[in-house]
Amino acid sequence: MADLSSNFVGIKSPNPFWLASAPPTDKEYNVRRAFDAGWGGVVWKTLGLDPHIVNVNGPRYGVVYGPDRKVIGINNIELITDRPLDVNLEEIKRVKRDYPDRAMVVSLMVPCEQVCWTEILAKVEDTGADGVELNFGCPHGMSERGMGASVGQVPEYIQMVTEWCKAATKMPVIVKLTPNISDIRYPARAAMAGGADAVSLINTVSSITSVNLDLMAPEPTIDGKGSHGGYCGPAVKPIALNMIAEIGRDPETASLPISGIGGITTWRDAAEFIALGAGNVQVCTAAMVYGFKIVEEMKAGLSDWMDEKGYQSISDFKGLAVSNVTDWQYLNLNYVTKARIDQDACIKCGRCYAACEDTSHQAISMSADRTFEVIDEECVACNLCVNVCPVENCITMEKLSPGVVDLRTGETVAPDHGDWTTHPNNPTAVAAE
Amino acid sequence: MSESRQNGIVAGRISPASLSENFSDAYPPLSAHEALVAADRCYFCYDAPCIAACPTEIDIPLFIRQIQAGSPEGAAKTILAQNILGGMCARVCPTETLCEEACVREAAEGQPVDIGALQRFATDTLMEKGDHPFTRAEPTGKIVAVVGAGPAGLACAHRLAMHGHNVVVVDARKKPGGLNEYGIASYKTVDDFAQAEVEWLLKIGGIRIETGSELGKDFTLGEIREDYDAVFLGMGLSGVNDLGLEGVDDRVNDAVDFIATLRQAKDLATLPIGRRVVVIGGGMTAVDAAVQSKLLGAEDVTIVYRRGQDRMSASDVEQDHATSSGVRIKCYAMPRQAVASGVEFEYTEEGPDGLRGTGETFVLEADQVFCAIGQTYEGWGGQTTLELERGKIRVDLEGRTSLPDVWAGGDCALGGDDLTVTAVAEGRDAAESINRALMR
Ligand SMILES: Cc1cc2nc3c(=O)[nH]c(=O)nc-3n(C[C@H](O)[C@H](O)[C@H](O)COP(=O)(O)OP(=O)(O)OC[C@H]3O[C@@H](n4cnc5c(N)ncnc54)[C@H](O)[C@@H]3O)c2cc1C
Ligand SMILES: Cc1cc2nc3c(=O)[nH]c(=O)nc-3n(C[C@H](O)[C@H](O)[C@H](O)COP(=O)(O)O)c2cc1C
Ligand code: SF4
Ligand code: SF4
Ligand code: SF4
Repeated sequence: MADLSSNFVGIKSPNPFWLASAPPTDKEYNVRRAFDAGWGGVVWKTLGLDPHIVNVNGPRYGVVYGPDRKVIGINNIELITDRPLDVNLEEIKRVKRDYPDRAMVVSLMVPCEQVCWTEILAKVEDTGADGVELNFGCPHGMSERGMGASVGQVPEYIQMVTEWCKAATKMPVIVKLTPNISDIRYPARAAMAGGADAVSLINTVSSITSVNLDLMAPEPTIDGKGSHGGYCGPAVKPIALNMIAEIGRDPETASLPISGIGGITTWRDAAEFIALGAGNVQVCTAAMVYGFKIVEEMKAGLSDWMDEKGYQSISDFKGLAVSNVTDWQYLNLNYVTKARIDQDACIKCGRCYAACEDTSHQAISMSADRTFEVIDEECVACNLCVNVCPVENCITMEKLSPGVVDLRTGETVAPDHGDWTTHPNNPTAVAAE
Repeated sequence: MSESRQNGIVAGRISPASLSENFSDAYPPLSAHEALVAADRCYFCYDAPCIAACPTEIDIPLFIRQIQAGSPEGAAKTILAQNILGGMCARVCPTETLCEEACVREAAEGQPVDIGALQRFATDTLMEKGDHPFTRAEPTGKIVAVVGAGPAGLACAHRLAMHGHNVVVVDARKKPGGLNEYGIASYKTVDDFAQAEVEWLLKIGGIRIETGSELGKDFTLGEIREDYDAVFLGMGLSGVNDLGLEGVDDRVNDAVDFIATLRQAKDLATLPIGRRVVVIGGGMTAVDAAVQSKLLGAEDVTIVYRRGQDRMSASDVEQDHATSSGVRIKCYAMPRQAVASGVEFEYTEEGPDGLRGTGETFVLEADQVFCAIGQTYEGWGGQTTLELERGKIRVDLEGRTSLPDVWAGGDCALGGDDLTVTAVAEGRDAAESINRALMR
């Protein structure tokens, strides 16, 4: 059986599944139940200085649904903890004492003054917690007060606060990054320069989930008004994966440990984050939608898959996909494929036809008896038909062997790699030697 | 409950409470959430096969998408624009042999999109609001007579009214609706839906209905051809095939009459039914008569069909409905004569020259026998002017008869299955043809 145990920047946990700093980790009651359910660790709901903040008393969440009210994405306007600092610290201490094998990381957000950080770090260290996470990510409310994402959007601030924290504590310092920036590599580099032990990402994406067309106001609506919130859940996973890959591919930050967050819902999502370089993963929305029990599926699924692939530990496959993320210019233009429709599997819905005919390359023909066939002379191999076909594996992309003529271009498929950097149409192409 | 086991044909075999439960909606409507879940299964197929399988060619993917998008009233408009009796059709269409049979998810998983139920959800939503989404064109000054207020006649009248013509619909019966009112099984169309739908349909304006007036008795075709700019005939099938059974007495009834009586009964507890009922036939009418006998409290109900079960014109779903209601289906037997205890049957087999009796006989005990072996076009007293073909009024694809100003559609006209939805399509298309002719 695969060994799921995790050691993330010295913080040990029996499995790589942590609950992200959010309502699931808001108080002792929740965290005890989470640990009993099998979660490897938690990042405690972000602490701030007293007097504690307050939350709105109207709705906090907006939602985007898929079929059958399946939650695709949630947006929230919740702030950091709305309970006194001492209460949280006492609870953290008690829980850590009772669950010594679980990771207990404490998320923090205080004003941008060194004394504030030094003070709160000392108090957290007293609880016996394993580490801290600096919340530079919250995109609403706190950012208006010069905290959260308003720090995370300025690399210099990230570096400065990280340095203060590293100087003030022996605990590992994880810097949580906001996705609400144009290039994630800058904040990651800043965290590294400040001495961060790791970064975690992503926090929520600034968003308005929907507009109430009767009230003419964004959801969630509080007394006729709404405010942008932070988007999370399966919808944000693609954004998070790309940002993690960007940091892993950047030579400056390639060695920086990453805690992967954003839309992780199943074991497979987790495996994908780890394959792109995450050392562990954090989960929020999936737990909020389905409850703590989902960790059982995550652990079992990851373990079974690792067994099947022969990976003994998380580190065996961590980062294996990073080197396969490349720039567009290096993609092999001599890799030519054509769509192929399995006529036995086809249920004749015509979606591939509508997609290709109306919006792609008019490369699928339709006969009177609803037989759909790919016209090789037209197919550019865009893959859209595969994506819209409701039957799995009914349309596949077949690679043309070298030497075969691509009927669309009339050119013979070359055996060797050829990309944009050497392409004759590229004005800055370098001659192939 | 002693009465329930009494032989003979008696009323009140079961309690009024059981009766009202038995005759409630056999396929209850979808809730709003169920409708969204069902709608999400639709793939929005290109040139969708379900559309082609609908005799009225409703744009099914479009209306289902409108339900998905939270606009059931818009969905209803899409439906009703093609099929003004979309509400009734949603309840009575044998979808398993029409749109749902053609649905690609039937091919994929054996589980089609629930098109019929979704159609009902959409049309019910609109009709509950009382909205009538269609308006009339400028008055044309033309006036058309429609004979028969069944699905064909009503669909024709509505489309003509939309085009700005005035319409008078005459029907021999007391109430409009045709078999929607007198024939369809009551558990398919509860709460007097047929009348509610007619009232809703008439909101278009320009249509007058005259009931209790019969062509051939109260007026002649010649007279209405004189008085009106065009005539549409949608009289359905009023004749029934004769079993030719020996020894027939008042235990033996026509299934269609029985159903009509049942549909019109104010109090089902007063409706007599046999303890042991035998229904002879293999179609929708046989199933409806048998199931409703059972629901009225008959103890043993048997459908006897002369060929194999796969040859029954009632669909698999209808056959299942019968058997799950406790009706027995017995095949390969034909009636020979009524005897004191019931009916004597002879076994049959499929031979080289078709069906033949084997000579072996058996007797099914029966207090009551219903014949459901098909209906016929009877015409009306003395009609000679209209050309018939295979016993029905001969029409072309637009519903034109052999007379230049007379159109026909529905069960009385040649072509198409004898279904509500087919009658609607034919009535609608004839109206378009009439409109073209009148506006030329
Ligand atoms: C018992 C039974 C159950 C059925 N169940 C279903 C079902 O579940 N689903 C389905 O799709 N189809 C079903 N059908 C078939 C369907 O009801 C018919 O195909 C449909 O009603 C035909 O419509 P129509 O307008 O042509 O005729 P009808 O509905 O028969 O209407 C004809 C009208 O014309 C009137 N009329 C007749 N002669 C004259 C005259 N001389 N003068 C004036 N008026 C006249 C009649 O009173 C009647 O109102 C069923 C039929 C029967 C008998
Ligand atoms: C209601 C809510 C409150 C949150 N509060 C915090 C917080 O206090 N501190 C923090 O660092 N992140 C907070 N987050 C962000 C989550 O920790 C996480 O980064 C984000 O939801 C993405 O992960 P997911 O897609 O698994 O939910 C919050 C998220 C939600 C939904
Ligand atoms: S791969 Fe693209 S171009 Fe080729 S058939 Fe599919 S949709 Fe059309
Ligand atoms: S989308 Fe898939 S199932 Fe539908 S017609 Fe095309 S190949 Fe067939
Ligand atoms: S065939 Fe089925 S899936 Fe396709 S459009 Fe019609 S109802 Fe929808």
